This record gives sequence, C-alpha cells and structure tokens, in this order.
Amino acid sequence: MIAGIVRRHGALAVLAVLLVVGGLSFSTFLTPYNLSNLAVQATFLAVVALGMTLVIVSGGIDLSVGSTFALAGVLAAYGSRWGLLVALLLPLAVSALIGLVQGALIARWRMAPFIVTLCGLLFARGLLQLLTKEGSTTYLVPQDSALRWLGQGAVLVVLAVLGYLAGGVLLQRTGFGMRLFAVGGNEDAASLMGLPVARTKVSVYVLSGLLAGLAGVMSTAQLGSGVTVVGVGLELNAIAAVVIGGTMLTGGAGAVSGTLAGVALLAVIQELINQVGRFNSSMQAVVSGAVLIVVVVLQTLLSRARR
Amino acid sequence: MRLDRLNLRDHGVYLALVLLVLVNLVITPNFLTADNIRTQLVQMVPVLVVALGMALVIGTEGIDLSVGSVMAIAAALLPLYLGYGALPAIGICLVAGAAAGLLSGSLVTFAGVQPIVATLALLVGGRGLALVIADGQLKQIRNQQLLDLGSGSVLGVPLTVFVAAVLVVLVALLVGKTTFGRQLVAVGGNRKAAEFAGLPVRRVLLVVYLLSGLLAAGAGVLATARLTASDPSSVGLLVELSAITAVVVGGTPLTGGRVRVIGTVAGALLMQLIAATLIKHDVPASVTQMLEAVIIASAVLLQREGTGLRLRRQEAR
Amino acid sequence: MSNIVLEAVGVDKHFAGVHALRGVDFTLRAGQVHALVGENGAGKSTLIKVLTGVHQPDGGQLRLFGDAVSFGSPAQAQQAGISTVYQEVNLVPQLSVAQNLFLGREPRNRLRLLDFAALYRQAGQLLGELGIPIDPRRPLTSYGLGVQQMVAVARSVGAEAKVVIMDEPSSSLEPREVETLFEVIRKLHERDVAVVYVSHRMEELYRICDSVTVLRDGQVVHSGQMAEIGRLELVATMLGRELTNVRTVFSGEHDSRSGTALRAVGLRRRTVLDGVDLDVAPGEVLGLAGLLGSGRTETLKALVGLQPLDSGEIQVDSTTVRTGSVSSAIRAGLVLVPEDRKAEGIIPHLSVRENIVLAALPRLSVAGIVSKRRQRELVDTFMRRLRIKAASQEQRVSELSGGNQQKVMLARWLAMSPKVLLLDEPTRGIDVGAKAEVQALVDELADQGLGIVLVSSDLEEVVEGADRVVVLREGASVAELTGDQVSVDSVLAVIAHEA
Repeated sequence: MIAGIVRRHGALAVLAVLLVVGGLSFSTFLTPYNLSNLAVQATFLAVVALGMTLVIVSGGIDLSVGSTFALAGVLAAYGSRWGLLVALLLPLAVSALIGLVQGALIARWRMAPFIVTLCGLLFARGLLQLLTKEGSTTYLVPQDSALRWLGQGAVLVVLAVLGYLAGGVLLQRTGFGMRLFAVGGNEDAASLMGLPVARTKVSVYVLSGLLAGLAGVMSTAQLGSGVTVVGVGLELNAIAAVVIGGTMLTGGAGAVSGTLAGVALLAVIQELINQVGRFNSSMQAVVSGAVLIVVVVLQTLLSRARR
Repeated sequence: MRLDRLNLRDHGVYLALVLLVLVNLVITPNFLTADNIRTQLVQMVPVLVVALGMALVIGTEGIDLSVGSVMAIAAALLPLYLGYGALPAIGICLVAGAAAGLLSGSLVTFAGVQPIVATLALLVGGRGLALVIADGQLKQIRNQQLLDLGSGSVLGVPLTVFVAAVLVVLVALLVGKTTFGRQLVAVGGNRKAAEFAGLPVRRVLLVVYLLSGLLAAGAGVLATARLTASDPSSVGLLVELSAITAVVVGGTPLTGGRVRVIGTVAGALLMQLIAATLIKHDVPASVTQMLEAVIIASAVLLQREGTGLRLRRQEAR
Repeated sequence: MSNIVLEAVGVDKHFAGVHALRGVDFTLRAGQVHALVGENGAGKSTLIKVLTGVHQPDGGQLRLFGDAVSFGSPAQAQQAGISTVYQEVNLVPQLSVAQNLFLGREPRNRLRLLDFAALYRQAGQLLGELGIPIDPRRPLTSYGLGVQQMVAVARSVGAEAKVVIMDEPSSSLEPREVETLFEVIRKLHERDVAVVYVSHRMEELYRICDSVTVLRDGQVVHSGQMAEIGRLELVATMLGRELTNVRTVFSGEHDSRSGTALRAVGLRRRTVLDGVDLDVAPGEVLGLAGLLGSGRTETLKALVGLQPLDSGEIQVDSTTVRTGSVSSAIRAGLVLVPEDRKAEGIIPHLSVRENIVLAALPRLSVAGIVSKRRQRELVDTFMRRLRIKAASQEQRVSELSGGNQQKVMLARWLAMSPKVLLLDEPTRGIDVGAKAEVQALVDELADQGLGIVLVSSDLEEVVEGADRVVVLREGASVAELTGDQVSVDSVLAVIAHEA
C-alpha cells in the first residue's frame, strides 16, 4: 500500500515541497511569468519523456531520443523553406524511420535495446553532422514561416498537454496499452498468449522516435533555427524523469502522469539551482543524478519489501 | 559448419584486423611506419584501459555506463592535487575512481538496482560533479612528471602504451589464473548457481565495479597527461560506447559468463584503425560515426546469433 | 464416435542434430480428454509446441476439422481455437486478474477504448461459471500460484477454445485445487471441447482421461482407450522396460553409525518455516516428506544458509553453524545439491572441469592463483568415481545429459569433502537409467559414512531410499517414521492428516 503510494505520488510530493520552499525563498520564483517560462522550457523534455515512458513500460529503453531530437530539429529548419507541411513531415518521417529500424532490430532480431539505441544515438548524431556539413551550416526558419507560429509558448504547452492526454488514454484505455504492460511484465507469457509481441515493440520504438522528433520540431519552431548541439544527454534526463515519476525500469508498470510530475520536478530543481545562482549550472546534473539514485534505490527496496 | 561459426564469433575480430591492415598496406601511404603505429596505439590507450574494466563488468552480465564520467572526475581532480607531486595526485584520482566504482557496485549488489540504471545515474551525476570540481574550466597541466607520462617513451614505446600493456597482462592473468577471475565468470554465467555454490557473489560484483572505476580513473589520468590539459567537459565523452564496442567486437558476449581480454585489445585496435583509416581518406567524421554505429550493431548481432543457436540446441535436449 | 477435431499426421521435428519427433500420428476428438504421457525427453513438449504453433513441423501435417493447417505462431493457433495452459504460469503478474483473462480480446466501448465495466463483469461471469471465487479487479500477484494456474485455465477456456492443451497443469496445485481443475475439465467435456492432458501423476490420468497416447523417443508407442490399459502396463510402455525393472534401486538399508552428523532444532522463519527439528547420523539417509509448499526445499535452503532464519540452531558434528551464511555451512561440511539443476546448479557455458571445481577453487589455489594441474587431478578422480560420461574435462557442461549434469553437481560438493549432503529432488528430469545410477551413488555415499537428507516429490523414492522419514506439514516437522513405519501408506497417512 504505502510502497505503491510512494512510488506513484512520491515525485508529486517532493515537487510540492520544492515549490513551497522555492516560493518562500525567492520572490521571483512563484511568479506567473517565471512559472509559465518554466513550463515552456519543460515541454521538450516532457514530450521526449512521454515516448520514453511507453518504451520503458514495454521493458525497453531508448537512448537515441536526444540525437533524434536534434536531427529532427535540423530537418525541420531545413524543410521549412518549402512550407509548414514539409517542415513537419520531413523530420517526423525520418524520426519514425529511425524508431522503426531500431524497433525491428530489437523485436525481430532480439538485440539488446540499449545497444541498438546507443547505435541509433551515434547514427542519428552522425547523420545530423553530415547534413550540417560537420556542424558548419545552420538552417534558419524563414521569418514568415508558419513554423514560427507553432513556436509560441502557449502552443507548445498545449501540444505537450494534448500529448500527455493522448498518451494516458493510449496506455490505460486501449488494447495497445494493455499489450505494452503485458510485454513489459512478462514477454514470454505475452507471446504464448498469442499477443503480437514483435509488432507491439516495433510500434513503441516508432512512437518514441516520433515523439522525440516532434519535440525537436517544437524546439526549432521556438528557436527559429536548427541548432546542432542540442539534445546531448536529453535521453538521460528523460529516463530520469520517467523513473522519478514512478515507472519501473523493469517494465510492466508505470503511468504517464508520473512522468509529467518527474519532468516538472527536474525543471524545478534546475530553476532553484539557477535562482540560488552561486552554484555552477553543472550542479543540476549532480542533483539529478543523486535524485535518480535515491528514487531507484527506493523503488527497488520497496518492490522487494512487497514481495 | 559449427567450426566456421565458432571461428567467426570468437576469432572474427582477428580476421577483420588482419584484413584491415592488409587493405591499409595497399591504399594508405606510410601506414606501416613506426610513427603511424605509435600514433594509433597512443590514441587507443584510454579506450583500451576503460574497455579492460568494462570487459570484467560485462563478464558478470553487467554494464558500466559511468566510465566516461569517472574519467572526467579523475581529470578534474588531477590538477587540484598536483601541488603534492604527480604520484599523490594520481593516487587521489585512482581512489576517487575506485570510490565511484564502489558506489555503483553497492547499488548493484546491495540495493539490487539494475547495472544499467545504477551506472546511468553516475553517468548523469558524475560529469556534473567533475564540472563542479573544475568549475567548468579547462586547466593546463604543467607538472613535468605528468607531461613525461603523457608524451615520453621508453625504447621507442610510448609510456602510456607501456602502462596499457602492463594493465592488459594483469587483467588477463586476473581473469585466467586467479580464483577471483574464475568466480567472476561463474557469477556471470549463472548468478543463482554461483550463490548456491557458496561463491562470494556480492564481493565479486563489488570488486568488479571497483576495478572498472579504478581503470576508468586511470584512463582519465592517461588521457589528461597526453592532452597536457585537464578538460572535464569533454574527456571520456561517449567512451562507454567505444569501450562496450571493443569488448563486444572482441568476442565477450553481453550476456556474461565469458571474458576475452586479448579479444578486447583486438577489438579496441580494430575500432581505432577503422576510424583512422576513414579519417586518413578524408571521410568526414559524421560518416565515420555512422559507420561505427553500423559496425557495433553488426558485432552484437553476430554475438547474439551464436548464443541464439546454442540456446536452441539446449532446448532440444 | 465423435468428430475428429485436431489431427497430426506423420509429424517430424529436428533440432540441430536431435530427432525430437519421428512420424508422430495423434488424433483428438471432440469432447475427449486425452492423456499424453511419456518420460522426460520423449517428445511431449515438442509435440505440444508443434500443435500450438510455437514450433513448425519439419515434416508431416496438422489437420483441423479435416483441413490441413499450419500455425506460424501461437497467435494463429489460438485464433484457430487451440489454447494452452502451461506448467509454469504464463501470465502477466502486474496486471489484474480480469486483464489477464482478456488480454488481446478486451471488450471495447463505442470509441474503441477499453470498457472496464464490461471487462470486470465478463471476468466475474467466467470465473463464476468455473467456480473460481476470486476478485477479478485485484492484481494477479496478490494470489498464490494455484489460483494463478486456475486463471490461466479460465483464460484458455474463455477463448472460444475447441482444443485446450494442459501441460502438467496440476504440478503446482493443492489437492483441493486439483478438484476444481477437474471440475473445469468436466465442464469442457460437456461443451464438447477436446482436452489434451499431460501429467506424470497416474492417479489423475485414470480419474480424468478417457484416452491415452504414449510417446517414447519421439515416437508414438501406444494409443488407445484409457480403460483398456492397466496402470503398470502403462508405466512399462512409457519406460520401454519390463515391469519388474520399474522399481527404484535403492537398498534403503544403511549401517548408520553412532553420533550425530547434523542436528537442527526449531528452525523458524515467518510465513515459511514454523519449527523444523531433525537430526541425521553419519551413514544414514533421512527422507523429508511433505506436500509441495510444506517447507521441504525451504528447510534444506535454511540448513545451508540460503534461507535466512528468525530462530533455530544448526549443528554439524556437535559444532554450531552460523545460520544464514552459505560459506559457514560449507566450511562446516553441510552442502546442498539444489532442486533446479539448470537455474541453480550448473553454469551452462563453463566446462565440466570448471563446474566441478567451482566451490573448491579457494582450496586449489595458492595466494589466489589457481593451479590447473591440481584441478585436473581432482576432476579426474571424481569423473572416474562417479562415472561421469563426458568427452573430456573441457566439454561444456550444458552438452551433458541431465543425469551426468547431476553427477557433476554431486562431484562439485563431494570435492569439498562434506559431512552432510542435502539432496533436493536428485532424480528429477533425468532418464530412468541415470536415475538408478544416482540412487546407487546415494547408497554408496551413505555407506561411506556421509549423512544424507533426501527430498523428493516421488514418495516411493523417499520411502525406498531413506532409513528414516521426517514428515513436514505447513513448515513444521510433524512426525518421524522409523523402521517398518517407513512405507508409502503410512507417510501418506501422516501427510493427509489435516488438523
């Protein structure tokens, strides 16, 4: 009972405490301006972490999302000269393709997800460098492009919220969602029950690629150009957010709402470190790593106690 | 037929290495010069040293993603303590590396966290910590002893290569000739059976991660000495990937239960030569990176193919 | 006679060098409860996997209602109406009972989303029909193995099944649960569903099945009505032996010496053990009997420190052993050959030599460096003494037969010169010939003065192998039988006596 509650709502509780502490300590913290700024900046991680949640529930992991995110961003900027449709479809198609290939290698050829997606990370990053002539070219989004309209803070936040609503329904209320839980919970059983295990796995990596790509497009829309150096280490933050949000890394359990809380928690930690100011910005990584360790240890111990 | 498969899986890396050397002899001018050989060896030293520790960890069916960050921590600590002399400073770096290894090892053994997650947390936090320690700064190294370690040589053999060679021999002996090495392989082959056989499973795991941290810190020191600068923001970036590649290409399966030290050396050398060959022939770094990804995937696939067939044979029994 | 539902004609199946099925014919009629029997390795599992689409046959044909079919996957077989209940529960523990029942065919509402109200209603209905009184909303993990197995049965029945294949479904069930299972099978029979029932328990086969097919070495050696073949004849057909050779080879008579090799008093562990007392003299074989879940395996694990204890004392040769510590137990000379050889015993891709020396490594090394010569000598001794058949010391242990693997496990522990040997199901999953050899070895070891504790779910093996039997019930030792009292009937009487 208690274990379940801590797992499901722990992130939310810590988040609330941090918000209160931050609000009392810094007058500029709990202002509408600051909070909405925070929300906008967190949307990219949120969208990536949504895909990661689905992958982790299915018992896998996707380390390629940071590279896919950056690649899609550059592709969106590159494609924006031919109009909004190309700016959207080109990066999303490529991201989905990356997910498809990874999913096929994992599901059909039974390779370890983390190795396949590490290769994906390298490959997508290499492709990105190739497209930008080893990082020397930056593609700009034309001033009059409709893509820039997409980049408004409110639009980004709405997109992310819609994504989470859809993700929640997908995971909790559809047959596909049940299959994800089943595959992540006991893959052998799922296949013996006649569930389409391989198809489910491939789909989840395609979804993860798509969402990482969407986040990249959103980022480019906001920045107005395809930045090549973004997204390094994004996969780690996404995994951290998912795990902090109570999704078990062993697969078979989890919820997108928890991930959203995890993303918010990471964002607030970063903001608090910024507010304190004295700290080096690298401190955020240290804190994230520490939080991750604590959460994972708690998860493991609690789930063991339950058994 | 079975012989062919075994050959390809266990000795494929040597075959590929020989082929690559032959191809280079034909297409690359000045390939077989002492200078070039030295350069290639020196460049692969950090990856190789990290890969030795990684091979041990993978042998236990684990993985250590934190090695790059541990390298960065070592690099960040090194200039801070050079005032006490090179050896004490190196000692402190190694202790820090061992401590990091001990942390991930404890998470794996005592808290029962999956290796990939435990070391991932350290990968995230470790580099941040290194940057905090160094205040995000790149620092020049002016300690003569350390500079000698980085660029000196004995009888034409660069010192760093010499150190790496000694480490290779030590690790090979550790795996092949000691109780610990045999226990390590047993733990990786079937952890539960090892527990039932009364092996000190936790101690083995703990020591394995400790060694991996120690070796990663050593690699951080060597890399820093060679660069003549401490650069915690970029030293060891993605080295975990190169190390895993060297190990897997060298014939150590990710499923544990086997450690191939010499194969790992060959794997590291192969990846180094591939990159060097491509760069020498003006293939852009981006394409090199993409090719690397393909090679890693193929190597893992080859390994898996072997285990897949073996599993099926058992099933038939 | 009723319609043929499923038919296998001349089915062949090879696995890398092993001819697992040779021209197997198998006919299943509507409403039949068909026993499929055979020793381990006879090809039962392979046949089942071919029928359910896990494996594809290399030769021959499957026919469903007379039409040739081929199943590329379990999903295809299930769509065709063939469902399976496996020996090990193959469900998703984290999901609810209802979700497990309807995974892959969940009721949807108009928006094509899952309809949880309908899901729980239908699940409750299905469970009710089959007489399984559990809450479909709770996660599967909150129920015991037996209930989980019943859920698996319910799932297979719910799938509009025409054929239900049950692979040793009762091996984890309590007697009461077996009754429920049989009730379900009778209902299936009434609905004209064909059932394939695989079990080693003769009594069950004769109670529930109407026809039988016997496999041996991948071939059908008998097929007919259950009523037409006697129990002993059936066993003999399975084993391919004369009736007189079916018995165990245990002598069951040892000259136990005076003194106590092992004494355990008041072993207790919350929810697992509730007061186990036992003692073993040197040269004596003590049998531990009891139902599955009575604490047999847990007692053995506790003795060697693999199962932590809340209280209790363990002495070897009158010296107290620290509980909960494997190394202390081994040092004291108390060793366990575990039940699950594959998962807990052998290290599959190490050689025979490395598997044997595993526990003895520290003894064979100086300053942490192992001597290969001393390893070879030791291994050579034991391979000869235990008659281990392997191509060489360096052959991979996974390539050996089950019986030889078991001997490797024995060698591993005998190399530690133990005082007390604990054997958990020493003859499970090995063929008849090897069984006899292992049993003879146990006798021999006892005669050499080792104290032995023997656990087996085969009551006959316990009774014939042991000099004395301690019966466990609900984690406590409840009776001790000696001399003439040691018989199957008297042990059964003690076990069955429920307070």
